[in-house]
Amino acid sequence: MATTTPGPQTNRLGLTLNDYKGAPSTLCAGCGHDAITGQIVRAFYEMGVEPHRVAKLSGIGCSSKTPAYFLNKAHGFNSVHGRMPAIATGTMLANRQLIAIGVSGDGDTASIGMGQFVHLMRRNVPMIYLVENNGVYGLTKGQFSATADIGSTLKTGVANDLPPVDLCALAVQLGASFVARSFSGDPKQLVALLEAAMAHRGTALLDVISPCVTFNNHEGSTKSYTAAKELDMPLHTLGFIPAFSPIEAEIVPGETRVVDMHDGSKVTLKNLSRDYDPTSRAGAMATLMESSGKGEFLTGLIYVNEQQPDFISALNLVDEPLATLPEAKVRPGKDVLDKVMESLR
Amino acid sequence: MAVTISAAGAGGRLGGDPVVNDFSIQVATVNGSGSQSANLVLLRSIFRMGIPVSGKNLFPSNIAGLPTWFTIRVNKHGYIARKAQNELVVAMNPETIVQDEAALMPGAVFIYNSDLKFTPSRADVVAVGVPFGSIVASTCQEAKLRKLVTNMVYVGVLAQLIGIELDEIEAALSKQFKGKQKAVALNFDAIKAGAEWAKGNLSLEVPYRLERMDRTQGKIIIEGNRAAALGCLFAGTTVVAWYPITPSTSLCENLIGYLEEHRLDPETGKATFGAVQAEDELAAAGMVFGAGWAGARAMTATSGPGISLMNEIVGLAYFTELPGVIFDVQRVGPSTGLPTRTQQGDLLALYHASHGDTKHPVLIPATPQEAYEFAYQAFDLSERFQTPVFVMLDLDLGMNSWMADPFPYLDSPLDRGPVVTADALSRRVEAAPEGAKHDVFGRYRDVLGDGIPERTLPGTPHPLAAYFTRGSGHTSEAKYSEKPEDYTWLVDRLARKHETARKHVPSPVEDWRGAEVSIVSYGTSEHAAQEARDLLAEQGISTNYLRVRALPFAQSVKEFVKKSRRVYVIDQNRDGQMHDLLRLEIDPADAPKIRSIRHYDGMSLDAMSIVAPVLEMEKH
Repeated sequence: MATTTPGPQTNRLGLTLNDYKGAPSTLCAGCGHDAITGQIVRAFYEMGVEPHRVAKLSGIGCSSKTPAYFLNKAHGFNSVHGRMPAIATGTMLANRQLIAIGVSGDGDTASIGMGQFVHLMRRNVPMIYLVENNGVYGLTKGQFSATADIGSTLKTGVANDLPPVDLCALAVQLGASFVARSFSGDPKQLVALLEAAMAHRGTALLDVISPCVTFNNHEGSTKSYTAAKELDMPLHTLGFIPAFSPIEAEIVPGETRVVDMHDGSKVTLKNLSRDYDPTSRAGAMATLMESSGKGEFLTGLIYVNEQQPDFISALNLVDEPLATLPEAKVRPGKDVLDKVMESLR
Repeated sequence: MAVTISAAGAGGRLGGDPVVNDFSIQVATVNGSGSQSANLVLLRSIFRMGIPVSGKNLFPSNIAGLPTWFTIRVNKHGYIARKAQNELVVAMNPETIVQDEAALMPGAVFIYNSDLKFTPSRADVVAVGVPFGSIVASTCQEAKLRKLVTNMVYVGVLAQLIGIELDEIEAALSKQFKGKQKAVALNFDAIKAGAEWAKGNLSLEVPYRLERMDRTQGKIIIEGNRAAALGCLFAGTTVVAWYPITPSTSLCENLIGYLEEHRLDPETGKATFGAVQAEDELAAAGMVFGAGWAGARAMTATSGPGISLMNEIVGLAYFTELPGVIFDVQRVGPSTGLPTRTQQGDLLALYHASHGDTKHPVLIPATPQEAYEFAYQAFDLSERFQTPVFVMLDLDLGMNSWMADPFPYLDSPLDRGPVVTADALSRRVEAAPEGAKHDVFGRYRDVLGDGIPERTLPGTPHPLAAYFTRGSGHTSEAKYSEKPEDYTWLVDRLARKHETARKHVPSPVEDWRGAEVSIVSYGTSEHAAQEARDLLAEQGISTNYLRVRALPFAQSVKEFVKKSRRVYVIDQNRDGQMHDLLRLEIDPADAPKIRSIRHYDGMSLDAMSIVAPVLEMEKH
């Protein structure tokens, strides 16, 4: 009797999970960043994104190495420390049809790159901006970053005495249109957030706590696996239903909130301990402040605004990529030059 | 009364034959008082009479209230460099009137506002007090408008004294106020009142006269920044990212203005360009090279301090081979320096911008037409060589008014460089033998042996198109590598690419006359240098001349030095940057021939600043 070996599973493009993978990671074994990489691979696979349409960008640091570890068939750009937002902005100006994902770290974003981070959020450049946040500098061997909590200690026992930068609160204040927090140890939530981020039109900030196994995974660290697991306070149970899915959302009135994404996808938020409305900016701000006061580590979709125009739409650019417009569209004729010359006589 | 010939040879004199079409006029006013309109009308009226003119604005780093001067050089021979002294001076600023009078050359005409508390004290000049207040009051009924038209009165006084035609003034006013008839009439009334007053009250004949010529027919007046902006427009620039900084600001502002006017899709009304005012120069440069990476023609404009901030990303772009054009409109540095004065102090900073082994093409225009053409060419070079290209202007070229021939339409097709498309990849795969089908493209391969690699653009729909761009060491296949041989191969190829660029950048302008003395200049020194050569010739010193128009040096620069007996290199900076660079690159045996002439006080170069040191050194 003949037997058939089932082929690997494929997505709507007929691609396998392997088609979304990158080079082998050179990060420390057990690094939270590698777990996130795995979820990025899964999210792009599940969304059925054509790999060549993706531009993956980063700055400098452990986190910024990760674009090499996913989506081999996408163009990647490991730029300079803290300046990835500007590179991404230029890239999207040149080709609005790309899907940009930027991966940064807490040093890359909250210290050297703070200026560019702030302006990326203000501009609402269409991209996913993922911060792999571990509160510590890995590549320079273990200094505090600007997101380290007060009282958190280094391996040497030195305690941090400065308040942390809360990237989510900052982003909400700046007018960012999609702000979420997650944990590298919660793949289900992270994949749903990544997929929702892909469906969003504008900057989607994902602040993902990603423990550093080498320098910040000890007792006394507030960004260790143990601490993150203990303190994790999900706002809701997240689900994501892509626009192309035939599945209907199960909506229990009073329990589940649905956010309609711009592309027709839906994010479902099943209430947990509180009734949370992620479309309220003031509510998001208040909740973040309240939680940080209690030392909670709040995760979930914190704020979303599907009405806000993204940067490229606001500039009223043509639909096709500027980068490949034909000469006839970008080069005014001699009549224009003659007219300008006449005005200067 | 003493009669003295001015330094530049176009002397002021009283009592003799009038000097026709060869003198300078300077107007001293208060920054923010609206004098710019009056000065431009003056400039343009003379231009319309067919007489060659140039205008230079000397202004403070301030919005309002500080002294500012505008100089118009009228010269029948077409000399347009600054002159150190002016034959006619209009003094409207109480703060500087004493100093303005003290600086007059003997024989000058000094028109001053007699409403100011000032008594003329020079016996060797002609002082003319003009009661601006009462003249304006007589012509402008509305008190609140009087301040706006006061400066126009000196246009009228000058018109009467030196012979500017009122018809041409009216035409220039129409241009200045873009046909706003009420503003034209109001200002023209003030000008006529000034002229009438001069006619009725001044019996003297000043020894400087304008007479109609035909040397400006068909020409334009333009600032270098606007010219460069036009070069960008016609080069198909699609991304502009910038951060305002004097004196570069008007380059991007003009460009964006032109893009908004001429680059909307006729069918959809949507923009075929993206312009961003960035948060700083770091971001502006990042956006330019991000856009360049993704295939767009992108540019920014800045000045010295901005160049410093852009250095990090310039180094990355050099090493990862990204196109992008950066205009440096130089001012006096370092740091804030003299932000509204001119210098050529960034030459070395541009050529070697960033860290490690870096060298960049630098294009150095001297005229508005070159600013236009080099701006255009910079994009072609940048995409062909996939590297940052600098265009080095200075405040003098960028912000001052220059006479020029109308620009030609540049109709060579845009050179987008070796970009490999998805179709091309498919064809290569088809043509490749079995076993080599996956090896049809490598980002950093030296395909033709000239150092220039190929690239694919992000978004290219082909499985072999993608590569990873990184500032870390990498192989010809864009893979991470720290191997010594990979790194040296890469930087040696970049050096090879630079050598290829040497043959493609604008070649020098050269005038070899077999003379004993050679002069080398670059950028805006051209104008003073050419005048200086004529003045030296009058003194019996013939000169060979070479103007460097780009880095890396063309081979002919070295040859010029080789065949010269003595070479004077003119720099507008303290340390003689071009002088040093030249000595580094020529045959060391030729180095003793080279002498340095340096001008660095913030004022644009004048001919005598070249003539005097050459005469002095030629004595020895």
